[in-house]
Amino acid sequence: MPSLKDLKNRIESVKSTRKITKAMQMVAAAKLRRAQEAAEESRPYAKRFNAVMAGLAASVGGSDSAPKLLRGTGSDQVQLLVVMTSERGLCGGFNTNIVKLARTKAAELKAQGKTVKILSVGKKGRDQLKRDFEDDFVGHVDLSEVKRLGYSNAQDIARDILNRFDAGEFDVATIFYAEFVNVVTQIPTAQQIIPAAFEASEGSEGGAIYDYEPSEEAILADLLPRGVATQIFSALLENGASEQGARMSAMDNATRNAGEMIDKLTIQFNRSRQAVITNELIEIISGAEAL
Amino acid sequence: MADTMQFDLVSPERSLASLQATAVQIPGADGDLTAMPNHAPLITTLRPGILTVESSQGTEKYVVTGGFAEIGEGLSVLAERALPVAEVTQAVFDEVAAEAAAARDNATPETADALAKQVSDIAAVAAELGLQAKA
Repeated sequence: MPSLKDLKNRIESVKSTRKITKAMQMVAAAKLRRAQEAAEESRPYAKRFNAVMAGLAASVGGSDSAPKLLRGTGSDQVQLLVVMTSERGLCGGFNTNIVKLARTKAAELKAQGKTVKILSVGKKGRDQLKRDFEDDFVGHVDLSEVKRLGYSNAQDIARDILNRFDAGEFDVATIFYAEFVNVVTQIPTAQQIIPAAFEASEGSEGGAIYDYEPSEEAILADLLPRGVATQIFSALLENGASEQGARMSAMDNATRNAGEMIDKLTIQFNRSRQAVITNELIEIISGAEAL
Repeated sequence: MADTMQFDLVSPERSLASLQATAVQIPGADGDLTAMPNHAPLITTLRPGILTVESSQGTEKYVVTGGFAEIGEGLSVLAERALPVAEVTQAVFDEVAAEAAAARDNATPETADALAKQVSDIAAVAAELGLQAKA
């Protein structure tokens, strides 16, 4: 049975924990709004980009002259997994879910006898994956200094990946991130970026026959690397929004749990106090009777 | 005969403009071109330069660095980086120029020509805006 003083201290400490989680929840909510706006702003670009690329890819894609980024290297022996996670913890299952998906995929590929290489973006994923795949790491991108994600961050990552591709370090690249659905739901997603796969846009674009300046091939060669950067950028933004959403709901739960705990401890505190008073009274009364 | 067309200028980070334009001058990779309503469908890549948009509200200018333009029903310009001319200060410009110069210096022989052209295109933009271009 803890003493009254112990109980009081515990209540105080849970109360200050609740203040912290509450504050974190509110910060995450504000950041989430900003992250969502950023993700929305980037959507028109990505959408149009993909529409144009799909059209181009469809007309050039089949031929042998198509760039390697579209056609692939003709093999899928060496797989690069780009795992995007957050730099900070305390966001529920967010990082774990992404890492779990990446880990399953990596194990699957290894079972098929393929070589797996891992490039991590964000500290948390690296820490979790290091345990099982220490030897497969080829690099890490640190974004902890970045206050606001910009397109240039995505370009840097894309350049790194493309340089590795040009050097023949891998055949297929897949990015792992969490797609933001709403505050409570984020879906871990795997998306292949090299060789590029574009969903064919239906109907509307199909009608017009475009002139290309310079040639179709030149435009495609120019745009494919940008496409990689664009996809990475939207994945980063989705991930940013997901992280804040996950943190917000995790902190909301923590705040609620702390509240319940305070209630429980307060009841226990009051009961013990009552017991002490009763005890004292009994002692006084029985002392008086003894006289 | 429509005398305006839908014009959209988007960069990866935000959408800069969406309006009815009468004519747009585009710095295409193979040379400048002006898109007017009912232009034949065309897709062209951009070189760093100045995009001029004429509409009923007047003329607006944007600096773009690479990307592409799609002329179809309307005109969409997808620029890698785009800024209204007023926002292009010396500091912003120096950053872009330094990036391009760094890319040129690290270039492989096959891409060296294209990257050197980028640098000179950027210098040309500077001259037009009256900014200081560093070699």
